Amino acid sequence: MSDQTQSEVLPVGGSGTVSTAWWGMACLIATEAILFVYLIFSYVYLGSQQSGPWPPSGAPSLKLVIPNTAILLASSLVVAWGQSRHRRNGNSFQLSLALAVTIIMGTAFVAIQGIEWSEKGIVLSTNAYSSAFFLLTGVHMAHVVVGLLILLMLLVWNLMGRFKGSHHEHVALGALYWHFVDAVWIVVFITAYLAPQFK
Amino acid sequence: MTIAEPSKVVTPTQQKLLEIWETAPGLYGWLATVDHKTIGIRYLCTAFFFLIIGGVEALAMRVQLAQPDLKVLSPDAYNQLFSMHGTTMMFLYALPMLSGFSNYLWPLLLGSRDMAFPRLNALSYWIYLFAGIFLYISFPLGQAPNAGWFSYVPNANLTYDPGINMDVFALGLIFLGISTVVGSANFIVTLLRCRAPGMSVNRLPILVWGTLTASAANLLAVPAVSLACAMLWLDRRYDTHFFEVTGGGQPLLWQHLFWIFGHPWVYALVLPAMGIVSDALPVFCRRPLVGYTLVAISTVSTMILGFGVWVHHMFATGLPIMSLSFFSAASFVIAIPSAIALFAWIATIWTGKLQFTTPFLFFAGFIMLFVIGGVSGFMTASVALDWQLTDTYFIVAHLHYVLLGINVFPVIGGLHFWFPKMTGRMMDDRLGKWTFWTMFIGFNAAFFPMHITGLMGLPRRVYTYPAAMGVGWLNLISTVGAFIFALGVLLFLINVMKSLRTGAPAGNNPWDAPTLEWSTTSPPPVYNFATIPQVASRHPLWEDRLQEAEERSVIGDAALDGMVLDRGKETIGVSPLDAVPNVVLKMPGDSLLPFILSLGMAVLFFGLLVQIVWLAALSAVCEFVVLALWLAPKPHAPMEKVELYE
Repeated sequence: MSDQTQSEVLPVGGSGTVSTAWWGMACLIATEAILFVYLIFSYVYLGSQQSGPWPPSGAPSLKLVIPNTAILLASSLVVAWGQSRHRRNGNSFQLSLALAVTIIMGTAFVAIQGIEWSEKGIVLSTNAYSSAFFLLTGVHMAHVVVGLLILLMLLVWNLMGRFKGSHHEHVALGALYWHFVDAVWIVVFITAYLAPQFK
Repeated sequence: MTIAEPSKVVTPTQQKLLEIWETAPGLYGWLATVDHKTIGIRYLCTAFFFLIIGGVEALAMRVQLAQPDLKVLSPDAYNQLFSMHGTTMMFLYALPMLSGFSNYLWPLLLGSRDMAFPRLNALSYWIYLFAGIFLYISFPLGQAPNAGWFSYVPNANLTYDPGINMDVFALGLIFLGISTVVGSANFIVTLLRCRAPGMSVNRLPILVWGTLTASAANLLAVPAVSLACAMLWLDRRYDTHFFEVTGGGQPLLWQHLFWIFGHPWVYALVLPAMGIVSDALPVFCRRPLVGYTLVAISTVSTMILGFGVWVHHMFATGLPIMSLSFFSAASFVIAIPSAIALFAWIATIWTGKLQFTTPFLFFAGFIMLFVIGGVSGFMTASVALDWQLTDTYFIVAHLHYVLLGINVFPVIGGLHFWFPKMTGRMMDDRLGKWTFWTMFIGFNAAFFPMHITGLMGLPRRVYTYPAAMGVGWLNLISTVGAFIFALGVLLFLINVMKSLRTGAPAGNNPWDAPTLEWSTTSPPPVYNFATIPQVASRHPLWEDRLQEAEERSVIGDAALDGMVLDRGKETIGVSPLDAVPNVVLKMPGDSLLPFILSLGMAVLFFGLLVQIVWLAALSAVCEFVVLALWLAPKPHAPMEKVELYE
């Protein structure tokens, strides 16, 4: 190696895996994902140690939760669409539209899940099953709410014109978190709603 | 290597960098600083403070245990003391101390200007400080956590433990967990992205491997204990039934979740400390570490295996024998990577030209204690023997040999070693040697007899014992040893105070050590390196001597050209494996946001503790506002031109 130097033009901040923020988000998602692994472990462990049936009150109804799942998963597609329009054409209106629709869909998910909870006839303190069920779905719900707050801030910043030019990182990472929240729901849904149907 | 002579004259570039990087003066700067060196030293001082508190608690217990049937402490006070001693040492001393080393050293070792997320770094310190205070909040009321550092249920349930004792523990650990996780994420991203060009993964100092491994483990392990603590708190305050048998709950679920976290945690407390030894011991053997690659691999593989041994804490809980056999086997296997590192250190000493300095004595002493603690650990990996020894003082002896031996001795050695870099002054070597021998003799006198009292059947966590057991004289030796050990710690503090004022000036590289932190001034300038170094080997400062390759690293603040990055507060980002520069990173300046955010969290957890819902809700809203300010996008140029070495 010589001591010769040569100048090179590098991106500032960068995007995708070149930015440090992406790696930070990856760490956040890793630690959150393992939290759900432990939640599911606890749910399954408590179930495996029961002498009676699990869930004690029979398999949960799928009437509300299947359409609700469809809403949440579809919202991921909406935000992905808005993000790609923004990245390709810098279309800030379509991004705002997509964010707003995603927020509405996510809020609908929270509301419907709330109705589903209240119709179950059990509360957090009923028994070990209800404790494990509500903790698992409740922690997920908390993540949906955080995701919604992130999307809300992205919408506000976008309306303020803060994402002009080449700064897509915030949108990309917010969308990534939202996809994560949706992906986790699939696992939670299978564990807490689908699996008990096949007992 | 090409080292330009450090000049006393401040060049215009250095002046410019200083103005960009310097922390603001006064109280504002004190609360708002994001400098990794300041934060690192704060971590070290705070952790040492907790070491002293935990140590004083231990001394109080040793007084109570000095003779049979003493009544110095009530059973309840004793319960609180051993619980807070364990909690303090495990959570508030051991890991934060190592985080202090890594916070201070990483950017210097890696040739960077700061950690990847400087404000997150400040946040993790403030949360640690507030969580530490939180865990002690009920201590003056005589209601400190009192169910041991692992707080087994049903003992920790509301039925058997009314009062706020265990609520403080449960919420305090969740609070502290946030600090650990954000700190770990910061280390991981820093390692992957914030290194000097050329600092490829095969050139990393072992301390970096140790902290990286520990951080990855923390990221995956801490949520388990946070979840367990949340469940405990819900069981206590919201009548859930996670651990309550009457509602179908399972006490063993606590133990599983706790030890799924707890065992990787134990390795997180020792691997960075082993890294300190792997990096600093060879300096006093005047040769590179023997078996660098093997030691790096054994560091990582210890942690991977460490996730599969948690049940060895639960051998006596009545689990199926098949499960016990599996975890017993895994616990035996984990001795292999530890032994590899051990033989590497011994071989380094064996083949080196030794310098018997204070740090060397601490590192060599560490090796001996590691062997003793390792052998007693290997013994308890056997199910049959563990059934006899569990919950006796034999385990107390084992865990103290492991934790003091592998954490405290390297830490004190490491403080002697890096003190000159942090302060610009040497520590007194003569007093240092006195410190070592006092601590070493005191330690062994305190803890070796516990192997015997344990074998004689003395149970741990009980506030006294009858004279008929015949262990009074052994306990007296332990007590005397504990006080001698404490005297050693006191000598160390005296040495620090004295050397801060009158220590000999250290110069850049007083030990003639090979790694990057020794190429900059002592103490280093706030921007660390005026020119980002270009690294060509594992031992950048020993290249001419070792003649391992033709290539030479380019280091030196006065290097004629190279990457200066003075268009604002900047450092370079590199590709994760081979460290090719690929991005210019804008670093945040002083900010009050981390302090405010952690203060808000403290209020939130206090609100949960005293069950004032509006207070908790209000602080949650404040957190949202602070985070929105923190993460708000800032305009910057998309591209920038930098100078790179060919």
